[in-house]
Amino acid sequence: MNLLADAFAWIFSPDRLAGSPTLPVAIGQHLFFTFLSTLIAAAVAIPLGFYIGHTGRGRNVAIAVSGAARAIPSFGLILLLVLVIGVTQKPLAAVIAFVLLGIPSILAGAYAGLEAIDRRVIDAARAVGMTEWQILWKVEVPLGLPLLIGGIRAGALQIVATVVLAAYIGLGGVGLYIIKGIATRDYSAILGAAIVIVALALVLDGVFALVQRIVVPRGVAAGRTQELRTSSPRRRAVVETPTV
Amino acid sequence: MNWLLDNFDLIGRLSVEHLKLAIPPILLGFVISVPLGWLAFRFKLTRGLLLTLAGLLYTIPSLALLPILPAVLGISFLSPLNLTIALTIYAVAIMARSVADALASVDPAVRQAATAMGFGSWRRFWTVEFPLAGPVILAGLRVAAVSTISLVTVGILIGVESLGYLFTNGYQRRIIPEILTGVVMVVLIALIVDFLLARLGRLLLPWAPASSRSQRLAEVSSRTPVPQGGGPV
Repeated sequence: MNLLADAFAWIFSPDRLAGSPTLPVAIGQHLFFTFLSTLIAAAVAIPLGFYIGHTGRGRNVAIAVSGAARAIPSFGLILLLVLVIGVTQKPLAAVIAFVLLGIPSILAGAYAGLEAIDRRVIDAARAVGMTEWQILWKVEVPLGLPLLIGGIRAGALQIVATVVLAAYIGLGGVGLYIIKGIATRDYSAILGAAIVIVALALVLDGVFALVQRIVVPRGVAAGRTQELRTSSPRRRAVVETPTV
Repeated sequence: MNWLLDNFDLIGRLSVEHLKLAIPPILLGFVISVPLGWLAFRFKLTRGLLLTLAGLLYTIPSLALLPILPAVLGISFLSPLNLTIALTIYAVAIMARSVADALASVDPAVRQAATAMGFGSWRRFWTVEFPLAGPVILAGLRVAAVSTISLVTVGILIGVESLGYLFTNGYQRRIIPEILTGVVMVVLIALIVDFLLARLGRLLLPWAPASSRSQRLAEVSSRTPVPQGGGPV
């Protein structure tokens, strides 16, 4: 356990506040890239997912894409994009990679949330004279919210993990200490940074769990039972992260 | 293009290495997940505990898990064993949940019928519940396999050679086709393994509901575990 003690000593050492980047700055960079990329990915994936979920069009394509995305190695994707877009534009290339990796989970969450709704509820909404737009915003979106947020949560965590790998191209973030540490064989820095990253991921996961609980309308949480949702569990899609 | 033609041997060798690294965690993960999934299915207490733990492990980025394992287990940081254990953990995190879901999907009437016919719980599990849960377990296995194959590439950062070598080497030498080849090969291997597993499933589990291609796709993705968090990256 000496290794762990050294790692914690590394984290809380005053040296972490000196040098470039300092640990708080690295954490800031990490969070900045995560939030920015998640935001862009959500802006692309949510409207698309709502469209697919509401109309049922393009569903197979969405399922195939979110399945195949799992096979793409994210480390390779980042390096590839950096070389293709240009080594002078590393942050841009990296953010594009993060966004691409975040989209499948969020897309799946958005349309799976809509798709999981009991068809009778939507028919009822249509029968009482709601327009399609009203059905989407007043019925489908609130009912699909838990799965949507689950999807965003999965996407954000995927991005956090990918930002770690992006340290290899010199993007910064907490992963930088691991990459540097491997080169200089400084194990306490590697382990310390790893612990900080795990804490970051777990805190983010916890925040999303909390948001998931808060954002869901009370009526939805109370009236919703698992079995009511769809005729066949087979029809549900996955809100799950692809791979790395 | 020239790079590709000149390096066929390298690509072949790395692909074999890659598979060698990917297969043990997939098999180990499967073997470990069955009893864990059963525990999660059978008892309420262990269910919450195991599934929460699986969800949390799943959120840990791979490059962070790789340094932590040696500190906890006392193995070498820069070793294939370290990578194998990390990948096994991710595979278990995915599959334990799908085994639990799969067992829960077995019709209780069938279970009762087996009991009524005098099957003991051991025999009932292996001859009735496990085969019937097979298709759903297989779906989880396929997700775990694809995810593991893609994750192996991260091993190059701790010096474990796989197709990931093409990423770092291609990046350092600024050869775009090299990295592209690596990405394409990883995806290709993942898709082939996924296809083979699906084939195997149809062979071994003929009672899985026959369905059209699109339904099957939907089924696979719908039955995959929905971990709490992100993916191992």
